[in-house]
Amino acid sequence: MTNCLVVDDSKVIRKVARHILESLNIKVAEACDGRDALTQCQNAEHDVVLLDWNMPVMSGMEFLQQLSALKATRPKVIFCTTENGLAHIKAALEAGADEYVMKPFDRDTLESKLQLVGVI
Amino acid sequence: MPELRLTPSMRILAGLLEIRTGQTLSENRFWRIETLLRPIVRSNRLRGLDDLVAAIQADPAGPLARAVVDALLNNETSFFRDEYLFRMVSHDLIPALMEEVRASGREKHLRLWCAGCSTGQEAYSLAMLFRDHQARWPGWKMQIVATDISNEAVERAREGLFSQIDVQRGLPIGSLLRWFQPEGDQWRIDGALREMIDFRVGNLFEDGGPLGRFDMIFCRNVLLYFSPGRKRELFHVLSRHCGEGGYLLLGAGETVIGHSNDFVASRRFRGAYERARPVSLGAGVRAAGQAGRGGRP
Ligand SMILES: C[S@@+](CC[C@H](N)C(=O)[O-])C[C@H]1O[C@@H](n2cnc3c(N)ncnc32)[C@H](O)[C@@H]1O
Repeated sequence: MTNCLVVDDSKVIRKVARHILESLNIKVAEACDGRDALTQCQNAEHDVVLLDWNMPVMSGMEFLQQLSALKATRPKVIFCTTENGLAHIKAALEAGADEYVMKPFDRDTLESKLQLVGVI
Repeated sequence: MPELRLTPSMRILAGLLEIRTGQTLSENRFWRIETLLRPIVRSNRLRGLDDLVAAIQADPAGPLARAVVDALLNNETSFFRDEYLFRMVSHDLIPALMEEVRASGREKHLRLWCAGCSTGQEAYSLAMLFRDHQARWPGWKMQIVATDISNEAVERAREGLFSQIDVQRGLPIGSLLRWFQPEGDQWRIDGALREMIDFRVGNLFEDGGPLGRFDMIFCRNVLLYFSPGRKRELFHVLSRHCGEGGYLLLGAGETVIGHSNDFVASRRFRGAYERARPVSLGAGVRAAGQAGRGGRP
């Protein structure tokens, strides 16, 4: 079963994402900021991380940089953010993100992106 | 009983769709006929479907009838729909076709037809695929003709402006970056891709256009709601436009087998069909050919 870590400071977004992911038969863990997510990634294996950009304590970008330094084989990372400009998308890809979801998103979008990174 | 809601007007409207396009309304759309047509009913200040039918009857070939047909068509599509197929096309089919063209001494030029192209995602995906791999195919050109019966869909395809939802269906983010520019809250496709494609309005059953022959024909997710007779008729039309050594590609779950003898499943490429050899020899072969076209008028 595919494992996904949802990293978002919004409880509502985490809930929506969980609902969609579970309907796709994916096991979900949640983190409320980058620091929390990093700890969880050290303690468990995930296939994919759904990652918000702007979060308190540690941003999505910082998380991605630290995670890449930490793990040789890291999970796939899909940014999932309201930062929908070209500059952000470029920066995310340069930092090694595998895919990018522009909020708001729906089930089909998420499903399509998970297929694109090859976890479903 | 749901049957009670099927009014004569609904049947007439579904019948109009079938006569014009060959498409039968799927059951789940049948029940949504009122919802699908509500914007047209409102903008024409009509009271309901009965009025709409009366207005169409007064001008059956007019813009109102066309708008109704457009609204009832299922235009669902996405970029790189069924990604495995596009992978097969770029890894196997295109190189094989190029090999044949080279061997025959023809110009380094491939012609593709998207039959039932909807709002253009399929044609643009093929254009992207070709351009992304251009370094593998120096000197080659690709031309894509893309047709659909829906005026509105073809207009949108020509415009090449896609919503945020559209560009998040099947399109890898790297391709969005490479081939699109933001425009307000929408995304505009690159002019270089747009130039590769000739979008035209056309009914697959009124096959008179100067289409010519193609190396690959994509007719995907179009056949689903055609009657068996219409399917046979359509395969015959497609076979006339399929060049020597060309291929037909259908949607996932669609097949030629059992519907027509004009195409046979390719042995080399799973999911692709080849034009059946011309029927000229032997009575048995001729009989099979005729059986395949039995439904043609
Ligand atoms: C579901 S879409 C499929 C689009 C695309 N080929 C794909 O696979 O994503 C089917 C399209 O076929 C078009 N269509 C249906 N009947 C047609 C006909 N008789 N002639 C031309 N186009 C037709 C519809 O307007 C619609 O846009």
